[in-house]
Amino acid sequence: MSTTTVAHHDEHHDHPTGIMRWLTTTNHKDIGTMYLTFSLIMFLVGGSMILGIRAELFKPGLQLMNPEFFNQLIGVHALIMIFAALMPAATGFANWMLPLQIGAPDMALPRLNNWGFWILPPSAILLTLPFTLALFGVGDGALATGWTFYPPLSVQGGIGVDFAIFAVHLLGISSVLGSINIIVTIYNMRAPGMTLMKMPMFAWGWLITAFLLIATIPVLAGAVTMLLTDRHFGTHFFDAAGGGDPIMFQHLFWFFGHPEVYILLLPVWGFIPQILQTFSRKPMYGYKAQVYSLWAIGALAVVVWAHHFFTAGMPVPALLYFMYSTMAISLPLAVLFYCWIRTMWKGSMSFETPMLFTVGWIILFGIGGLTGLVLADVAADAQYHNSYFVVAHFHYTLFAGGIMGIMAGVYYWLPKMTGHMYNEKLGKLHFWLTAISFNVTFIPQFFVGLAGMPRRIPDYALQFAEFNMISSIGAFVLGLSQLLFVYNIVSCARGGKKATDQVWEGAQGLEWTLPSPPPYHSFTEQPVVK
Amino acid sequence: MKEDQERANKQLVIKLVWIVAGALVFAFALVPLYDVICAVTGLNGKTNSTAELVVPVKVDSTREVTVQFISSVMPGLGWNFFPLENSVKVHPGQVTTVLFEAKNTTSTEVSGQAIPSVTPGKASAHLKKIECFCFVKQTLKPGEVKKLPLRFFISADLPQDVHELTLSYSFFPAAQ
Ligand code: HEM
Ligand SMILES: [Cu+2]
Repeated sequence: MSTTTVAHHDEHHDHPTGIMRWLTTTNHKDIGTMYLTFSLIMFLVGGSMILGIRAELFKPGLQLMNPEFFNQLIGVHALIMIFAALMPAATGFANWMLPLQIGAPDMALPRLNNWGFWILPPSAILLTLPFTLALFGVGDGALATGWTFYPPLSVQGGIGVDFAIFAVHLLGISSVLGSINIIVTIYNMRAPGMTLMKMPMFAWGWLITAFLLIATIPVLAGAVTMLLTDRHFGTHFFDAAGGGDPIMFQHLFWFFGHPEVYILLLPVWGFIPQILQTFSRKPMYGYKAQVYSLWAIGALAVVVWAHHFFTAGMPVPALLYFMYSTMAISLPLAVLFYCWIRTMWKGSMSFETPMLFTVGWIILFGIGGLTGLVLADVAADAQYHNSYFVVAHFHYTLFAGGIMGIMAGVYYWLPKMTGHMYNEKLGKLHFWLTAISFNVTFIPQFFVGLAGMPRRIPDYALQFAEFNMISSIGAFVLGLSQLLFVYNIVSCARGGKKATDQVWEGAQGLEWTLPSPPPYHSFTEQPVVK
Repeated sequence: MKEDQERANKQLVIKLVWIVAGALVFAFALVPLYDVICAVTGLNGKTNSTAELVVPVKVDSTREVTVQFISSVMPGLGWNFFPLENSVKVHPGQVTTVLFEAKNTTSTEVSGQAIPSVTPGKASAHLKKIECFCFVKQTLKPGEVKKLPLRFFISADLPQDVHELTLSYSFFPAAQ
């Protein structure tokens, strides 16, 4: 399909070494590595926080922490997982793989790329700093509103809210810079002959994600800025007494928030079909149908936001509109599921770790989508809203659909990135431990949710005790299993069996024509795609 | 070749920055837009915030609707506040007066602002207030009890399927 000229130019050693190399680097692979490392660290940080929550919920009653601290852990956990773990992981892959996949020498805007990354660590510090400040008697801890910042609670809250607002500003700037870079790279840097409809699916997933990001992150930034001025400068955007409206915040927040859930997943929907075709040893099914479905989902994503607050009060026609438009999203999603399954159909499949994660991902993400359909039903949502059912739903979509997808990508590309094979046995063990303990953690939450256990509450009625205990045990196994993941990545980066250029027998695409690891400057002469 | 590439990149970046700026403007434009949409559709149950000047002459005695009153006090305002009647039955066009009572339970002079809201939302534009304690902020001395009057009517074009509507007041702390 393609011919490539690989330049073995490793003589470019005029770049600085040590920490300065990382601070000043404009190389897409270095930046990709930094994004992925940052993401892994924050995944562990956010995970440890929620283990604190699960420990508290192990038994009814208050044992370990006061309710304020409990609420702070929940909100910061969510913000970290979404903005500092999942999004940077996807951006890390984009940096590493997009130039390789589309035959570009680097990202289009290397310097911007460097800034985009280095904004992240300070914002993660801003987010968590109030915890430390509270230890020294400054303020009363991090934001306690959950990740959704709803007023009036967020207007009344302590300095934690201000820190979180600034952190969100910075994280937003970082995402917007990253997105601009990705769009420009995809539009302008493709190898000659690679038309848009010949692009790898991962590039499509990211292109739509990037457009969603630049269109919705500013709305979130605007909303939290209004919150900030309400808090400190006497405006009344969300204050009913001053003529404002707290419900308006929910509209603004979810106008960003619902597209955000697709922002988190579209990059994954991009590389999953590539993994499937590799391990099924046949081309992906329905390339065009998949591209159109991704666009359809991207477009629908911005017109369904109010399904997150059906219960806040809306006229019936609005309820019906948001219900049916939300349900409509499952149609293009069903097309994607069909294509994924059809890609495997009658393929000569093998189940290395990336494929295990991918197949597990399809099943678990499917459960996430189906339970979302249940929540989209206005009449049912009146019961399920703000219950543990919602928590279980969005963990099937975000942990299974997001994080487990990212893990599939990590195992798939790790040999390409490091030049070594990871430990396959450990990888498989990691998969099974993760998949099983994930279900042990979250299946009980569907049931306690249906039975009426509300979310974001540190204590609960006695009849929920057994299921919460099971869920907590699952969560600790799930958390500890991730240490295997970290170990496997680190030892693979250090050494191991040498990976071939193609790595996987059935791998297709330009990135697999380069050596493993690819040279510092990949394509000095652009490959030509026929 | 390289310069061409850089020029093209720059032009695309500028276009994309315009999208970002547009989205930011859109976010702030949603504030007035939201108010307009709510006023037109009655989405959030807002009612008129200044006195209705035109009083109807005709009373439609063939129809009767129930108007319920509920009250709440927001955190930070040390008042008791409740309607003296929980509900009244009225004919469309009939002008009715009801009383609420507020008591300042603190030892300082405090001001509060009442915010009305009507459900169902589609009825909110049809509840017209002629006189209301919610038009201005109220100030109570320590321990003071005050009767707060509301004069209103239901306009005759209230949708036929509405038989009952609820008017809720929340008292918010207001700056002195
Ligand atoms: C067909 C697919 C889906 C449908 C119909 C759907 C529907 C819904 C609905 C109606 C809610 C609101 C429930 C409530 O609060 O009462 C909800 C919550 C949520 N969904 Fe989904 N969803 C779908 C897929 C997804 C995906 C793919 C993601 C993430 C990647 C996701 C993430 C979330 C999150 C994070 C929440 C909770 C937000 C919060 O209140 O904190 N959903 N979903
Ligand atoms: Cu949503």
